[in-house]
Amino acid sequence: MIRLERRAVPSRLWTVATPVAAVLATMVAGGILFAALGKNPAEAIRMIFWDPLFGPNASYFRGQLLVKAGPLILIAAGLAVGFRAGVWNIGAEGQYIMGAIAGAGVALAAYPAESPMIFPAMVLAGALGGWAWAMIPAVLKARFGTSEILVSLMMVYVAQNLLAYMAFGPMKNPQGFGFPGSRNLQQYPSAHNPELIAGTGMHWGVVAAFVAVIGTYVLMHRHIAGFRIRVAGDAPKAARFAGVVPGRLIAFCLGLSGALAGLAGLFEVAGPSGQITDSFNAGYGFTAIIVAFLGRLHPVGILLAGLLMALTYIGGDLAQLMLRLPAAAIQAFQGMLLFFLLGFDLLTNFRIRLGRARA
Amino acid sequence: MTATDKLLIVEGLSKAYPGVKANDAVSFSVAPGEVHALLGENGAGKSTLVKMIYGLVAPDQGRMVLAGAPYAPADPHAARMAGVAMVFQHFSLFEALNVAENVALGMENPPPMRQLAARIRQVSQTYGLPLDPARIVGDLSAGERQRVEIIRCLLQEPRLLIMDEPTSVLTPQEVEILFGTLRKLSAEGTAILYISHKLEEIRSLCDQATILRGGRVVATCVPAERTARELAEMMVGAELKLTDRAGRQAGAVVLRVTGLSLPPATPFGPSLKEVTFDLRAGEVLGIGGVAGNGQEELLAALSGERPGRPGTVLLEGADIAALGPNARRARGLLAAPEERLGHAAAPDMSLTENAILTGTVRKPLTRKGFLDMGAARAFAREVISAFDVRTPGPEVAARALSGGNLQKFVIGREVLQSPRVLVVNQPTWGVDAAASAAIRQALLDLAAQGAAVIVISQDLDELMEIADRFAALNEGRLSAPRPTAALTLEEVGLMLGGAHGMKPVEGMA
Repeated sequence: MIRLERRAVPSRLWTVATPVAAVLATMVAGGILFAALGKNPAEAIRMIFWDPLFGPNASYFRGQLLVKAGPLILIAAGLAVGFRAGVWNIGAEGQYIMGAIAGAGVALAAYPAESPMIFPAMVLAGALGGWAWAMIPAVLKARFGTSEILVSLMMVYVAQNLLAYMAFGPMKNPQGFGFPGSRNLQQYPSAHNPELIAGTGMHWGVVAAFVAVIGTYVLMHRHIAGFRIRVAGDAPKAARFAGVVPGRLIAFCLGLSGALAGLAGLFEVAGPSGQITDSFNAGYGFTAIIVAFLGRLHPVGILLAGLLMALTYIGGDLAQLMLRLPAAAIQAFQGMLLFFLLGFDLLTNFRIRLGRARA
Repeated sequence: MTATDKLLIVEGLSKAYPGVKANDAVSFSVAPGEVHALLGENGAGKSTLVKMIYGLVAPDQGRMVLAGAPYAPADPHAARMAGVAMVFQHFSLFEALNVAENVALGMENPPPMRQLAARIRQVSQTYGLPLDPARIVGDLSAGERQRVEIIRCLLQEPRLLIMDEPTSVLTPQEVEILFGTLRKLSAEGTAILYISHKLEEIRSLCDQATILRGGRVVATCVPAERTARELAEMMVGAELKLTDRAGRQAGAVVLRVTGLSLPPATPFGPSLKEVTFDLRAGEVLGIGGVAGNGQEELLAALSGERPGRPGTVLLEGADIAALGPNARRARGLLAAPEERLGHAAAPDMSLTENAILTGTVRKPLTRKGFLDMGAARAFAREVISAFDVRTPGPEVAARALSGGNLQKFVIGREVLQSPRVLVVNQPTWGVDAAASAAIRQALLDLAAQGAAVIVISQDLDELMEIADRFAALNEGRLSAPRPTAALTLEEVGLMLGGAHGMKPVEGMA
């Protein structure tokens, strides 16, 4: 019989080894899935993990890596702060959309004026849009004790409908020949978030992601505020004893993660995406949850996890294109990663014993 | 007495957990009708031993004989079938159900409710345990709740009754009722295995004592033939120091609490009702009472976790009732809550981080909000060495420490911040004798330096030992404090509300 025995102290080895083991297990299980779909599993895995970096056309894909990883890392860094405190913002996708709408709104209102102040104003509006959307579940939780998990998630669907309304209504490009979608901000110099170094995929959003990683690291590991956030997640009563006011903590965590998600949306709409369309959001807000956990809720881990998830995105697209794998198979593959991560997580706090149960 | 006269014989029981040998070849025996004490400090192995007897834990080695037959219960169900019953220290009762329903939930084959209620009345009358089967458990005192557990056991007519720290939640009068019941049971031939820290109780109640230390039997004796001090020294294995309460003088009033009320936090939770008292510099005020009468609420109201109405709490003349914990710390009002893991300390955080938990206001552990880990580590080390906390170092997680060591750390952390007023709740609960003595001495020393100390405790002996004045907290009301020097234990018991539920219940008399 297999049984679990609680470890006196969490295993340091497994804390580090879990993500690696999860990736390996995902490769195996994903391979089985691809084989069941009648594809060559080895080729599919290689196409997902290897070809984007080192295969043919790698120079193009490498640039894409930062484009995809930027928003994931930016959002996940904020989410992780809340997750450490036990505040579960599941609605980053909605905050991402609202950041994009608010930021693009500033740009479209200013069009066609040119000014160096437009882009900073958009950045501010993007952060505010995400922040405000996240404050809805925060206020409801602090006031009425609602679950921030459910409310923030439901607000995603509200945001999606608002996005579609914007794309077909108020923000529709008047010179767009009736096609849905706003003006393309890539063609509006004052509002454009350009590639900073050609061929790298580096844009202001990626810079913001790196700043967020450093900023959240300093906050969580060097500052008293981050310390109190960690206490709140570990022992809520001890946090109150240490002077944490629960309402303020919830507002801070949801507000910070919302603002960062909003920024990610703004940089996306002003840069790689270029316009508000009804299919603007690509699931970064949800994938960032996986990134946060895959990175052990630690900023440096999130940086690495964001790059890995970006790789599976790009490799997944590639596999879809080359091997005609269905998109759902790629999503299932990414989902497996979180599943295995949480499964292996058990090993940090428990050890497996084989033999007859004796207690 | 020959071996065959014994009801339970335990021979060479051993049980090891990862990293610790909880029981090492433990042998002892209990005769029918004998009240047998198991004595030992926390971590001496008493709990593991009774868990093996009750079938909760399987021994690694050794054997047991019950009434002449080999006895190896696979689970508590088997133990109950063999005639072994146990009353746990922590009750497992449903507050929203009534007494009879709770009893039925714990029985193997409960009879119909009406019949069960009649039997509960009968047993409670026979053994002098007043209890109405129709009452809701949420409304009962701790002593009455314990009676529910005891009656649940007695309905199974056990041959051996195990009681784990049964008096820790009782008033002196309730203790007397319980002892009456136990003596009656023992006269009828039921053997009782009795675990307690309270040496005077053991001296008056128990026929035999087995003393455990570090998982081994170190001595057996007849408790009545020994002094409490001798028993304590056998448990600890060393000479005990007496606390020194000399050299204190009460000064000016530093803390004035007037009409402090708090609503209950949960439906069956206690509230505070018009709590009023003055506290002087250099004074130790002892607040006694059975757990669940508002102790936790009183601590939260004083620490600032639950702010009160303006004007209800004055510190050195200033109204601090609306301030939170850190603002109160800044003014010199510090606290150490009862629950060590999860409230006074964060379990998975290191001792250094736990020093930061309350230490940043009065100690320079931060610079402009940024943590100074070097200073925090130094402060944690200072607490560890000044309070003799047994740990490999300040980087160890709080939950890896034993209860007594963590308690020393928690108290030490507050004492070394030189408070004007320190409030502690159950400072020595579940802490071994040597560590308890050290903690009490530290509180007395703090008062001697001019600080005012409030000790909230269930342990009346402790309060009599260190407090200058005593007040009782009963159902959220605080009695007027009285000097301890002039108080008898009897009077203290009456202040605590006497024995809860002593008035005969309708339909029972």
